[in-house]
Amino acid sequence: MFEHFFADPKTLLLGALTGLVFGFLLQKGGVTQYNVIVNQFRFKDFTVLKTMLTAIVVGAIGIYAMLQAGLIGGLSVKAADLGMNAVGGAVFGVGMVLLGYCPGTALAAVGQGSRDAAVGVAGAIVGAGVYAEAYPVVQRTFGSFANFGKITFAEAAHTSPWWFVAGLALVAIGLFVWLERRESPRGRPASA
Amino acid sequence: MLSICRKPRWSPYLVGAGIGVLSWATFYFMGKALGTSTSFVGAAGAIAGAVAPEHVAANAYFVKEYGAKAGATGFKPVFDWQMALDFALVAGAFLAAWLGGTFRTERVPSVWAERFGPSVAKRYATAFAGGFILLFGARMAGGCTSGHGISGGLQLAVSSWTFFVSMFASGVVVAAILFGLAPGRSGGGKEVTRV
Repeated sequence: MFEHFFADPKTLLLGALTGLVFGFLLQKGGVTQYNVIVNQFRFKDFTVLKTMLTAIVVGAIGIYAMLQAGLIGGLSVKAADLGMNAVGGAVFGVGMVLLGYCPGTALAAVGQGSRDAAVGVAGAIVGAGVYAEAYPVVQRTFGSFANFGKITFAEAAHTSPWWFVAGLALVAIGLFVWLERRESPRGRPASA
Repeated sequence: MLSICRKPRWSPYLVGAGIGVLSWATFYFMGKALGTSTSFVGAAGAIAGAVAPEHVAANAYFVKEYGAKAGATGFKPVFDWQMALDFALVAGAFLAAWLGGTFRTERVPSVWAERFGPSVAKRYATAFAGGFILLFGARMAGGCTSGHGISGGLQLAVSSWTFFVSMFASGVVVAAILFGLAPGRSGGGKEVTRV
């Protein structure tokens, strides 16, 4: 059924290079640990939120700067089919706490020796297959009644994305300062 | 360079900034956004396709994700940029763990064991079910914590922030049900009065 099962070597090499760096960073950040991820949802460890918000703010500054400078052709925004996004997100949250990893961190966790993550990856492949079978029903039930297309908040508000980037950066920095103070009550410096 | 690679753990801000910069590179050099979960559909399709290719080829969702561009017939390669990324995630994390001295075989994480006991069967059964639900939700939402959470989040996508908020709220409720409501700081030590 596949004329070509593999993409061209250059594409595969670039993908592998990206994954190598991504996996390395995730493992060093501790977000490949069940304990760290589950404790984020229990508000006992904020490593996941700190990592994600920093990535989002740093990423947003670079992407929007490159877009403005014409260095990248365009964005790659997923459709705001809000029923699917919201219900899918809620289902995802259930799976993430039960498994204790998300799809990317589960794969990375396999590399650090977490056998339960490997079992989770097997379950995930089966889940993806079953979703493909259930897609028409799910789409009919939750899809398209609130579909606003591939839209960003800046586009929706008819304003510059930099207002949102700046707002996000301020909220993130405020949250980080508050968290770091809270985590070092006796004024001892937070570990680097 | 090697000494920092030997550190078992890096600051979440350093790691987050690194992932942010990595996303610049994927956009600029590859015209791609970081993502991981579509390839799970590709993997399922490739496995099922080995047994029942006609069935997979006729599946509406598989056609949606991997069907060739309009006008052409057949499918795009399943082993593509993202599939290579997914396999390399395992290798990258192995390298980090090996250099940092944190590689170890673990079947039952400690936080799980404290709450649910040391049974490997129980942990594996829950992990399998959790993985199943995780990918079902990811495909329904159109992405996961990488494609929506990071890539979509940084592009200020309405879809991605909807996913992010919904996912986090749901996870908090499930964690409260599973582990009970016991707010406090890390390590489960005694509460320290806030100043």
